[in-house]
Amino acid sequence: MADLLIELFSEEIPARMQGRAAADLKKLVTNGLVEAGLTYASAGAFSTPRRLTLSVEGLLDASPDTRVERKGPKVGAPEKALQGFLRGAGLSMDDLEIRDDKKGQVYFASIAKPGRPAADIIAGVMDSTIRNFPWPKSMRWGTGSLRWVRPLHSILCILSREEGAEIVPFDIDGIKSGNVTQGHRFMAPGDITVSSFDDYAQKLKSAFVMLEAQERADHIWNDATNQAFAQGLELVDDKALLAEVAGLVEWPVVLMGAIAEDFFDLPGEVLQTSMREHQKFFSVKNPKTGRIEKFVTVANRETADNGATILAGNQKVLFARLSDAKFFWENDLRIASAGAAPWIESLDHVTFHNKLGSQAARIDRIAALARDIAPTVGADADLSEAAARFAKADLSSEMVYEFPELQGLMGKYYANHAGHPVEVANAATEHYSPLGPGDDVPTAPVSVAVALADKLDTLTGFWAIDEKPTGSKDPFALRRAALGVIRLLLENEVRVPLSDLIGKGLTQLEDKAATEHSAASGNLLAFFHDRLKVYLKDAGIRHDVIDACLAMAGNDDLTLVVKRARALSDLLGTEDGTNLLQGFKRANNILSQAEDKDGVEYSFGADVKWARDDTEIALFNALKTQGKAISTAIEAEDFAAAMGGMAALRAPIDAFFEAVQVNAESDIVRRNRLNLLGQIRKICSEVADLTKVEG
Amino acid sequence: MLDTANTTPRSFQEIILRLQNYWATQGCAVMQPYDMEVGAGTFHPATTLRSLGPKHWAAAYVQPSRRPTDGRYGENPNRLQHYYQYQVLIKPSPANLQELYLGSLRAIGVNMDLHDIRFVEDDWESPTLGAWGLGWEVWCDGMEVSQFTYFQQVGGHDCHPVSGELTYGLERLAMYILGVDHVMDMPFNDPDALIPLSYGDVFKQTEEEYARWNFDVANTDVLLKQFEEAEAECVKILSLEPIDPKTGKRIIMVHPAYDQCIKASHLFNLLDARGVISVTERQAYIGRVRALAKQCADAFILTDAGGHNA
Repeated sequence: MADLLIELFSEEIPARMQGRAAADLKKLVTNGLVEAGLTYASAGAFSTPRRLTLSVEGLLDASPDTRVERKGPKVGAPEKALQGFLRGAGLSMDDLEIRDDKKGQVYFASIAKPGRPAADIIAGVMDSTIRNFPWPKSMRWGTGSLRWVRPLHSILCILSREEGAEIVPFDIDGIKSGNVTQGHRFMAPGDITVSSFDDYAQKLKSAFVMLEAQERADHIWNDATNQAFAQGLELVDDKALLAEVAGLVEWPVVLMGAIAEDFFDLPGEVLQTSMREHQKFFSVKNPKTGRIEKFVTVANRETADNGATILAGNQKVLFARLSDAKFFWENDLRIASAGAAPWIESLDHVTFHNKLGSQAARIDRIAALARDIAPTVGADADLSEAAARFAKADLSSEMVYEFPELQGLMGKYYANHAGHPVEVANAATEHYSPLGPGDDVPTAPVSVAVALADKLDTLTGFWAIDEKPTGSKDPFALRRAALGVIRLLLENEVRVPLSDLIGKGLTQLEDKAATEHSAASGNLLAFFHDRLKVYLKDAGIRHDVIDACLAMAGNDDLTLVVKRARALSDLLGTEDGTNLLQGFKRANNILSQAEDKDGVEYSFGADVKWARDDTEIALFNALKTQGKAISTAIEAEDFAAAMGGMAALRAPIDAFFEAVQVNAESDIVRRNRLNLLGQIRKICSEVADLTKVEG
Repeated sequence: MLDTANTTPRSFQEIILRLQNYWATQGCAVMQPYDMEVGAGTFHPATTLRSLGPKHWAAAYVQPSRRPTDGRYGENPNRLQHYYQYQVLIKPSPANLQELYLGSLRAIGVNMDLHDIRFVEDDWESPTLGAWGLGWEVWCDGMEVSQFTYFQQVGGHDCHPVSGELTYGLERLAMYILGVDHVMDMPFNDPDALIPLSYGDVFKQTEEEYARWNFDVANTDVLLKQFEEAEAECVKILSLEPIDPKTGKRIIMVHPAYDQCIKASHLFNLLDARGVISVTERQAYIGRVRALAKQCADAFILTDAGGHNA
């Protein structure tokens, strides 16, 4: 047994790629080893800004010996064929044995394949791993042709056993493997020779390198939290930033500094965004004031002045950045307080899409749609229109130009300053939601109206100019917009025929869009239905169940469709439900066959007086009772009750099929029974199109 | 070379002189600024064109750069429409380029024991030059002080060998080293000189003049016409037969053509500052300049400097 240590030492690897790269290194190398017959006990991968490291423990010293069998010519085959086989296999007659085969005696060669030493296998695996490494982006450097994420400087590759360590020798584009690495770029420059993973990790730590990203992240988080706590402050959680910062340092040193009071008036989001995006600072909040008053920066080294110079430098950069932000904020507030007219006017000159006109034209459409939608979501029409007209104003602000991720959020502040009611201000932020499957859905009626209007305008617009998503391409995020509409409707239980809204959206585009509206409309509804299926699939509702409900009238009222689908799905999850489905299908099959054969439709006229069997009479009675109950329930959109009614039919239907032959000898009895089946079909079809349900 | 490491320079020009001295010592040809208006040091033919082809190359120079939209009438402490870049291009990129770069920071007085230097991912792309590369922005205590790029493609051509490019934003770097908060307050020459001059003494007035002209006065009809002319001239120059009828020599006029490309690029920047280019037109203009850059690159590799007979 041996332990393998690999380190690929390069110039700084982008932080966002390190974790994935370490995992890829582990996967590629261990897979390669195992494929070649070298099994191992455990493996671990690590990354820092300058290195990817893999430690494999309990590796076989060599791959096991194997034998390969090859079938040769038949005994008695021409000499030429035999000689050819021997030449090909590199064997002589003595190596062959004769075995009985189906067609007689045949020569067999059993060729011994001796195992290969671990070092040979590793060298080969490393060559292909490095040459084929799946970096998201890679580059060449100098005169070489090797690709790596940044120039690769050295490769450490050793096998260590109790008696000592040996270098696994290989050479990739002039880089020779060795047993040497380097410590921290500034704090411990110079070569380090290592003999095992433990030796490596320990020597690196002495050379100011924390090998594990998690250890660096924990160190940063703990130290920053403690420093903040000591001053009665709180560190603002930011996992993504923590992971990124841990990938920018080999030796994290946490420094906390103050934000000048001049900037306390800036919205917290602005401070946080500016500090995070530009400087990768964490925000530190004062719980007493609720303001962000300090920051935490993470340096990559210790210094004789305990970071004083570094902190002062960072503070200076922050001051310049926040001065910019404050300048934008104050300019923006001046415009917002005066009603933001220049912003709204300037949207006239901003193209939304060259076939769909300017942002201003788009806002006119959204405003009109929001007005129309308002009553169905319980919102005030005037407020909804006003909110739609203000919703995109912040796109012209300086702050959003500088920090596009603050769009919407700034809109809320500016709407407040412009004297708009709180509903309008909230809609400025919330109308973008939901942005993803995990994002909260707005519930305030005005926000819902504008959010729906915004997304529907986008969808109808791109549909009208035939820019639909295809395959994996969805450059205008139309799938996300459709999902947004679906979630807004469902989670707010909005009852509206979607076709009407699509129609309104398309009508507004008349000048811009040359496409046939009706075609686009049906098409877009189908797209919504597709997205609905994807969405409900995640909620555990099968696509065929949704199809069964989409086949019903009112299928453009998604809230209704989903109520029905949930109830049906629940029913089919019960034993009664699955058996009822079987009963329905049986009835339907018998009916279809009979109708095909007889050329008539058995849909009415079943009379209990022709019933010949108790189960038949019982079925008549059950259909009468439950049929009424189901109709009433459907009318009241009480789908659970309707499903209950169907479930109650299961026993009488089963008993009927058990006891009765539908195709009776008497034609009258037969026809009566077929018409009885027709009733089952009719009643069930009020609930959903069960023919679409699989199973 | 004067050993200046760990001594703080006293003026803007001293920082430039130290960089010149340092890179000269490292074997670069210290060149002079290109005598045309450009947006960045990369446009200097010593970078754009010389990064193409197989011939080795090492050059360093100051390049005055113009970004009309960044003009703030000399009032913003950090923004200028005319500023200086220090540019280093070495082909092939040496294995110790990061160390050489850090050496240059030491040379201009950055004490490596007290500061936090970081290489933060920043991939470079110039849509107008049809060029891209991978590298970093270099941070000193959280401030971007340089751009560090390994060129992968220029003018649509793969770079073989790869050049390493370093770009220092001189004003910002110097302000940091000299501890100045407003660019106009920065000592241009030695503060104890017979006639001490600040950056503002030299450039405050020109910043005002150009800001006014760039934003409000430049005649856009003339600029548009000049853009078209430069574009046409570039294409025409490159369309001519390589053999000069007068001398009988093979002379491909890449540099004169490339001058027209540079002109078109700057004219586009001016038009942009005047606000007459819409979002959709922007891409089209950038594409037109890129097409010129690409044709120049295509032509350069057919010349001696581009390795045609190598």
